[in-house]
Amino acid sequence: MINSFRKNIKGIVIEGITLFSALIIIAIVVIMLSVIVIGGKDQLSWEFLTSFPTEGMTKGGIFPAIYGTALLVIIMSIAAVPFGTVTAIYLTEYARENSFIAKTIRFAVRTLAVIPSIIYGLFGLGFFIKFVGSNIDGAFFGGELRWGQPNLLWASLTMSLLTLPVVIVSVEEALKTVPQDLRAASLALGATKWQTIRKVVVPGSISGIMTGTILAVSRGAGEVAPILFTGAAYYIATLPGLSDQFMVLGYHIYVLTTQSANVDQTLPIQFGTTCVLLLLTFILNMSAVILRYRIRKKKTN
Amino acid sequence: MTKERLKDKTSRKALSPTPDRVIIDITRKKFRIGDFLAEKVIKGVAFLSITIIILIFIFVFREAFPIFNTSKDVKTGMTGDVVQEAQETYGDVTDNTKGKIQETYGAVTDSAQIQENGARLADTASINAARKTYSVSSGSGFDDNQNALKTLITTEWVPVSDRPRYGILALIIGTFKITLISMLFAAPLAILAALYTAMFANKKMKEIIKPTIELLAGFPSVVIGFFALMVLATFLQEIFHYETRLNSFVGGIAMGIAAIPIIFTITEDALTAVPKSFYEASLAIGASKWQTAFFVILPAATPGIFAAILLGVGRVFGETMIALMATGNAAQMDLNPFTSVRTLAATIGAEMAEVVFGDTHYNVLFLIGSLLFIFTFILNAVAEFYVKGKLMKRIQGK
Repeated sequence: MINSFRKNIKGIVIEGITLFSALIIIAIVVIMLSVIVIGGKDQLSWEFLTSFPTEGMTKGGIFPAIYGTALLVIIMSIAAVPFGTVTAIYLTEYARENSFIAKTIRFAVRTLAVIPSIIYGLFGLGFFIKFVGSNIDGAFFGGELRWGQPNLLWASLTMSLLTLPVVIVSVEEALKTVPQDLRAASLALGATKWQTIRKVVVPGSISGIMTGTILAVSRGAGEVAPILFTGAAYYIATLPGLSDQFMVLGYHIYVLTTQSANVDQTLPIQFGTTCVLLLLTFILNMSAVILRYRIRKKKTN
Repeated sequence: MTKERLKDKTSRKALSPTPDRVIIDITRKKFRIGDFLAEKVIKGVAFLSITIIILIFIFVFREAFPIFNTSKDVKTGMTGDVVQEAQETYGDVTDNTKGKIQETYGAVTDSAQIQENGARLADTASINAARKTYSVSSGSGFDDNQNALKTLITTEWVPVSDRPRYGILALIIGTFKITLISMLFAAPLAILAALYTAMFANKKMKEIIKPTIELLAGFPSVVIGFFALMVLATFLQEIFHYETRLNSFVGGIAMGIAAIPIIFTITEDALTAVPKSFYEASLAIGASKWQTAFFVILPAATPGIFAAILLGVGRVFGETMIALMATGNAAQMDLNPFTSVRTLAATIGAEMAEVVFGDTHYNVLFLIGSLLFIFTFILNAVAEFYVKGKLMKRIQGK
């Protein structure tokens, strides 16, 4: 009796330790969220979101950074989502599960997901700017420096490589939830494989494609390392086009906290910008989480 | 279509046309150009991810390669000679580089003239800046490549000086130090939490923990870096009373926070992949729930947990923004956790924007990038093949 009670106490303590670790993680998330939101909430106003920085970045808003981030993620999605979706379609519909090609592609996708983001930055610099950009300049602009320098397009394409695995994984998961019976029924009615994919499989997994896009956008909006030297700029007075450098929220935070001369003066802006970025990614992730749980529910039904 | 069948068909067509058509449609698969093209295009796009990996290999290594390309006749001439040599060397690379070196040269002569003329009104800062860039570009050349190779395995990282030294050993040790700290913090926390979620938690707790982890995974690293810089650094300094506010300890904890979601998710997957029969058998023998969790399920899932830690290490190893913001960024080499460090990734992030393209410093930074790439690639490959194979074998009881 005593022995089993002791055993029980040991069990409770050990279970308590595991529970405690889980609670610590939750506490870390809650503390980070609340510190940044409380620190930045006074700064958040319509004016802050829609005006340009003034007086050497110590006052004013962050509109160019928001605009740059939006353009970045839009171009990035245009590049990453179609390619990611098609790769996922190949993996689930065409490739055999254990074929060498499918295995290699899956390995490549997982490798892409774990390569440090700074390597993408180096690749963007070495490939897009120094190789593709310089050759475009040499071929079409007579060597005039136009595309062979950091700009919005190259930064977005670099970012799309980074977010490609995110899209592939989410879409693949969604494609797998489309019941095999639906495919069989479509084929039995005389539709070809491509027609089945186009009319049955892809529409059935549209929410998965959306989840992938949202996750990719959230990732792309938050990453800074890949665009450090492929296009992000400290301060640009005008709104950027495709061949210009641009301001972006994450880089703005980094510059204000570490590179600027008057860190204390800009403290409210730093908190405000971080708060905007955090809330943006938070909302995006939240909606992706909800969408994904709904997909999983559908699967179990 | 063979002649016999054609004959057969025409003969039958004369007798009964309707059933004949059905037979043709079933036996002959009609060639559809749309389907064929779609399949080829889809297959081609699917190879994109493999292509990207290969391209990353090629282009990151291509920019790092010139370091090993040392010439036989090494000139260590006057400053003028060096600039000329630099022009010779990089004249064929791009017009851009050439222009830059010429530009720098011009700027230096300008500042020299200004000094000669005694124009004291000139902004001293700009002269200093010009001198600085001059010393960087004067380093470009074959003699510097050899110099770089010699200093590569030392502990002094002083890339911008008259005598540049590229000792990446200090950076590597700094990176390992910070990785160790972050793993000591994150791995136990994440693994225990995953164990709780997989074994003990009721449905409600699971519905709180899992989305929280997913949200943490979605936190941009620059936000975590900001939090570490503004809040965590001060908080930890108040507790431990160390001297430098930003050090490897703060950076390690912050990176650990970033690595928790990866370790948690993969560990939890590995724990839930252990068959239910293990659990039931253990309970049937008379073990309690926690004994089952610690002595049956956890050992069965060790390869998966190992993979989780490997991928966590990979994440910390390549983390740039947190390292830039929270570690102090001084390339010191010691094993004290409360001193500043400079990691490999942070070095690239901090210095790449300021180097001259094609310069030795530029190539060394790409070399560091190649090292990072190889390291994470190997980590991922080990996690993928070795560990997963072992896990499957163990679970299937082979």
